[in-house]
Amino acid sequence: MRKDSFIYRFFNLYYEGFRDMKLGRTLWTIILIKLFIMFAILKVFFFPNFLKEHAPGNESSYVATELIDRAEP
Amino acid sequence: MTNLLLIDAGTIEWSRAQFALTAIYHWLFVPLTLGLAVIMGIMETCYYRTKDTFWKDAAKFWQKLFGINFAMGIATGIILEFEFGTNWSNYSWFVGDIFGAPLAVEGIVAFFMESTFVAVMYFGWNKVSRGFHLASTWLTGLGATISAWWILVANAWMQYPVGCEFNPDTMRHEMVSFSEVALSPFAISKFCHTVTSAWIVGAVFCVGVCCWYLMKKRDTRLALESLKIGAIVGLVASLLAAATGHKSAQDVAEVQPMKLAAMEALYNGGTDVGLTAVAWVNPFSQPDYANDESAPLKIEMPYALSFMATNDIHGYVPGINDLLNGYTKPDGTREPSIDEKIERGKKAIVALADYRKARQEGVPVDSLGAQLATINENMKYFGYGYIKDKDQVVPYIPINFWAFRIMVGIGCLLILFFAIVIAGAYKWPAKLWQKRDITSLPHWHYWVAIALIPLAYIASESGWLVAEFGRQPWTIQDMLPTWVAVSDLHSSSVIITFFLFLILFTTMLAVEINILIKQIKKGPDYSA
Repeated sequence: MRKDSFIYRFFNLYYEGFRDMKLGRTLWTIILIKLFIMFAILKVFFFPNFLKEHAPGNESSYVATELIDRAEP
Repeated sequence: MTNLLLIDAGTIEWSRAQFALTAIYHWLFVPLTLGLAVIMGIMETCYYRTKDTFWKDAAKFWQKLFGINFAMGIATGIILEFEFGTNWSNYSWFVGDIFGAPLAVEGIVAFFMESTFVAVMYFGWNKVSRGFHLASTWLTGLGATISAWWILVANAWMQYPVGCEFNPDTMRHEMVSFSEVALSPFAISKFCHTVTSAWIVGAVFCVGVCCWYLMKKRDTRLALESLKIGAIVGLVASLLAAATGHKSAQDVAEVQPMKLAAMEALYNGGTDVGLTAVAWVNPFSQPDYANDESAPLKIEMPYALSFMATNDIHGYVPGINDLLNGYTKPDGTREPSIDEKIERGKKAIVALADYRKARQEGVPVDSLGAQLATINENMKYFGYGYIKDKDQVVPYIPINFWAFRIMVGIGCLLILFFAIVIAGAYKWPAKLWQKRDITSLPHWHYWVAIALIPLAYIASESGWLVAEFGRQPWTIQDMLPTWVAVSDLHSSSVIITFFLFLILFTTMLAVEINILIKQIKKGPDYSA
């Protein structure tokens, strides 16, 4: 691939940028740990989609029942 | 079948606390991102215009601090979306289509703009032209600001629901006008006020860091030049925040008058109303607004509240009791009392129940015109059908009252502060600064500037406290109170995640502050 082509220069921007990072390595490590905690632990184990668990495919009826019943005296 | 009485009361309060915790932490990162984006953009513009490598080094330094904060803030807002799906499932379903669109646009725009231009900003020095690099730096900030726009559109819709229609078959609000949602006047005011206040936070941070360098007598040129830019951005942003705050107050007066009355502890309204400068509102208990004439020890600025709310010093501003009992507006129309709104809300809910039952029995929609008409006529007050006692619609006055004063008080202090810093940096008036130099003032001057950094955050967070506590009990204004929006969860699960977040966010904040301080102590890397 020609080194002055757009695709090469685009790839090279990221490649050399990531390769030469100093503080960026620490920050990326923190970002990845944070995303892992959020998506692989918190989302999976602590934040299920409530309606999909309790009323799969029937969400509107479930919410209707909730909204109507909660208005009862 | 769920009855409200069976909903764990702790679930409501813990879910609210958890949402507040995550939103407050998220907002620690966002304003600095938006504020530093302007500062670093100006620095790089100076480099572009002068070709002086000092400005390049200065821009790189502030970009580094921006990057640390940006990295720490990434995805902290996503947790709010987790909470919508788990803790606030009724709310999520009820608003789904409206809320989803701005958040989806935000996600796409943020991802593409920020991932592209942030990369060019950090990796592109000496690889792309100076002009393209400068554009990328500004577009990084613009991308973050556009993200804020869509988030605030979603938030504004909750405070002022427009551009939607309720569908009783799907039980969702469906968007009928994207432009009404995206360009809601409430959203525009909120955006302008929020973004300008974020610039203030960035400016205070910049000036505080510069003052630390001046105190340590190092990197003096960077400190002095950055201080000038930070102070000018800060002063302009503070004045803009004051102006946009005035517009926001007018919007609140129009669509959330109860919030304004709570902010002002205004129990009984009227014309020619003064703005309370100070009063004794007990921070720990709800005042007896039904019987008290006004908050004790009140000192007010004559006519100022009428002007703030209506742009007319003689304008009418309703108080809490007027809003509870109903009142006649200056244009002759009557605002219904809460009892009347409760009746209309109940009518909407009964009509909805009848409609749903009939549909389940196979009755065609064409035969249910009466129920649909009742729902549509009263949907505006749907949420009032869940109100058992009219006092439930009065937000907690002390938080609104004090948070508003903290925000405005610190805002005024910052205007003065930035003006003094500019005067000192440019030695104006010359006579006053003849024997003084801003680079060698007694240390306590610099400590004052550094101490203002947390105060600016407190002001910014206080603004959000007013916005969000002031609309209680509503998750969607007049349509859905918190105790109906919340999922039927056990409070223990919410308590566990509350503390998990507290630990996670506090750790992240500590890590960020630690890295920031290290980089500030290290200082800029000067070109050879």
